[in-house]
Amino acid sequence: MTNPIQSYTFALAGNPNAGKTTLFNHLTGARQHVGNYPGITVDRKEGYLNDNGRKITIVDLPGTYSLTAYSAEELVARDFLVNEKPEVVINIVDASNLERNLYLTTQFLELGVPLVIALNMVDVAKTRGITVQAEKLEEILGVPVVPIVARSGLGTRALLDAACRIAAEGNAWQPLDISYGDDLDATILRLVEVITTSRFLTARYPARFTAIKYLENDEQILDRGRDESPAIAAELEADVARVSQHLQKTLNVFPEAIIADHRYGYLKAVLRDGVITHAFDVDRLYTSDKIDKVVTNRLLGPLIMIGILLGLYQFTFSWSEIPVVWMESFFGWLGATVENLLAEGPLRSLLVSGIIDGVGGVLGFVPLILFMFFGIAVLEDSGYLARVAYMMDRVFRSFGLHGSSVMPFIVSGGIAGGCAVPGVMATRTLRSPKERMATLLTVPFMNCGAKLPVLALLIGAFFADHRALMMFLFTMLAWLVALCAAKFLRLTVLRGESTPFVMELPPYRFPTLRGLLIHTWERTWQYIKKAGTVILAISILLWAMMTYPGLPDAEQQNYTEQRQQVMAAYPETMDEQGGVEAKHQVDAVDERAALLAAIDREESAAALRHSAAGRIGLALESLSRLAGFDWRTNIALIGGFAAKEVIVSTLGTAYSMGDVDAEESASLSKRLQRSDDWNRVVAVAALVFIMFYAPCFVTVACIAKESSWRWAAFSMTFNTIFAFGLAVLVYQVGTILGLG
Amino acid sequence: MTTTSIRNLNCGQSCVISTIRAEGELGRRIRDMGLVPGTVVTIYGRAPLKDPVALKVGGTIVTLRNSEADHIMVTSD
Repeated sequence: MTNPIQSYTFALAGNPNAGKTTLFNHLTGARQHVGNYPGITVDRKEGYLNDNGRKITIVDLPGTYSLTAYSAEELVARDFLVNEKPEVVINIVDASNLERNLYLTTQFLELGVPLVIALNMVDVAKTRGITVQAEKLEEILGVPVVPIVARSGLGTRALLDAACRIAAEGNAWQPLDISYGDDLDATILRLVEVITTSRFLTARYPARFTAIKYLENDEQILDRGRDESPAIAAELEADVARVSQHLQKTLNVFPEAIIADHRYGYLKAVLRDGVITHAFDVDRLYTSDKIDKVVTNRLLGPLIMIGILLGLYQFTFSWSEIPVVWMESFFGWLGATVENLLAEGPLRSLLVSGIIDGVGGVLGFVPLILFMFFGIAVLEDSGYLARVAYMMDRVFRSFGLHGSSVMPFIVSGGIAGGCAVPGVMATRTLRSPKERMATLLTVPFMNCGAKLPVLALLIGAFFADHRALMMFLFTMLAWLVALCAAKFLRLTVLRGESTPFVMELPPYRFPTLRGLLIHTWERTWQYIKKAGTVILAISILLWAMMTYPGLPDAEQQNYTEQRQQVMAAYPETMDEQGGVEAKHQVDAVDERAALLAAIDREESAAALRHSAAGRIGLALESLSRLAGFDWRTNIALIGGFAAKEVIVSTLGTAYSMGDVDAEESASLSKRLQRSDDWNRVVAVAALVFIMFYAPCFVTVACIAKESSWRWAAFSMTFNTIFAFGLAVLVYQVGTILGLG
Repeated sequence: MTTTSIRNLNCGQSCVISTIRAEGELGRRIRDMGLVPGTVVTIYGRAPLKDPVALKVGGTIVTLRNSEADHIMVTSD
């Protein structure tokens, strides 16, 4: 007789920092799949393993401290349990901090899910003099308790066996009843009776669980209740309100506080029964505490932080330069190859300028993102990132942000030369939704690496004597504007109380290489998948805008005739002769090439002017004149919507300079100095506009993926209007004061 | 034994939580972290700008802003 293949779903749950991810990585290795829960940015991680012919899917629930509807993470965890009803919940708890960790466990027990407790870090606990009697705990709680060390994999075999055993038993959910004191117990009984007789929400939640959530004033359950049956919901809410009022009058507490007190009381009683023994003093100074004495010290702390952030910066932007150059030369080679293989025409232009440049633009970022995520993973996994948030919170809070906002700002260009793409993605470490959105929307204001060539060009052209000072001032200006914009957003569209900072400082740990690599890769891969598709479409669109409509035949004919004239004046075939004659001929060849190139430049400038982008640039001139921009600048700025790197090269084409290398723009700089359309005031206005207008498309795509397309559209319009206003202000005031 | 707020304690000083006034999200979050009446906490440190404050609760370190910690009344000797 053969058994059908058994397949189980286990949910992995536990507090943040309890070792959940380590256990998940250990159990599933690289067989993981990362997705998103619909509508929110909480990762949904699944892993698969084959265990003695059983197919096991492990869902890594987000780390939470409780099952109330406090954050998106908690909602996700709870909804998963009640909607998808996994066979077993593996609850990982930190043995060295049992009481707080078991608080979540009591809520699983109250929900009644089949539970297996993984008692993690028994080794760490032992060094701290803590021994936990697993059998005793198992006996009292009535669920299997398996001691493990997730980092080494010790005990994971026994854990899987226990989970499979529970899954095979397939028992119905058995909620645990905890007493919440006379007042509340009586109320709970009343509520449970109403809930049971009317089958109110019972398809999803046990009756007692619903009753407790009503007492805890749990928004999500209250909403669901109102949807299910307004009458019964009103009845329950009225009863709860009565009890709540009574408790406030007599004891000056809310029911939810009493419930929490009793849960902890229950746990204290459980642990007192000889489950935990402390061999020596609990307040001994652990290694982690010693490190914190230095690392978060009033004077040393900020210095060390600056050092570490500079190190991260150096690591990300300098070390990734080599692979970035590889990528660039690969796409350069690909472009050149295609150019040689195909005849000149729209197809070649589309392939080279539209597709290869666009995809190359996205993939060119990959090494940078890979390095940055690796660096952040090190800081995150070691526990340092939480300390940065802790030290910086006071400053960032003044602007309506959160201590954790510091990392995205630095990465995006807080020290000039970052990149907003990894910056936007780094906002994931923020758990407070409003602060996260404000960070997400303001990090593109920082001076990323792509804005630097523009800064260098304009500062070089108009402030050649004060380069370093101007560079510094513009970096400071970026910080000032970004932080003030954040404050503005938090006072308007993202209005609301600041999210409580209440946060855990995890103990310092050596990150495992495997954990780092998995973290880095899954984030990078998400970037490639998400940004790639959107960017391709946009870059083709932009290419089309700058190429079509092409020059009319008559004008093309005109340029062709000019070329023919030059060729006639300097015949190509020249005899090989020696002496003065030869010298003269070399000059003639050079002259001929120069004249032809000049015609080419004229033609591409004319073509650009004739294209859709050029027409838009011309049409906008009357408006953009308010900020001092001529139509040529407008075209360059339109190109900048795709990528800020494009600005310098488009400006070059528009000013008939041919292809200008962003890194070597000396000739363009001279041309701008001579131009009547440019002066110091225009340069500052243009810089201000370029620094703060719509983020590049890669960033916009990332903002959309991290929030929604609505926010991405908001970011483009808000930033552009804001930047234009600022540029107009600079230009008008500067012109009135006669600074040009 | 005096009842005071966490703001008035020095680093390294221990105290026992007597009452927690916070409600709603903040109250829930504080309790989830194991900060309930009767718990012994030690001031672990303060950030360089004196805010937030880090508390040692059992085996973990929990940080709160001073304005949030003001909801917690403690007794210390």
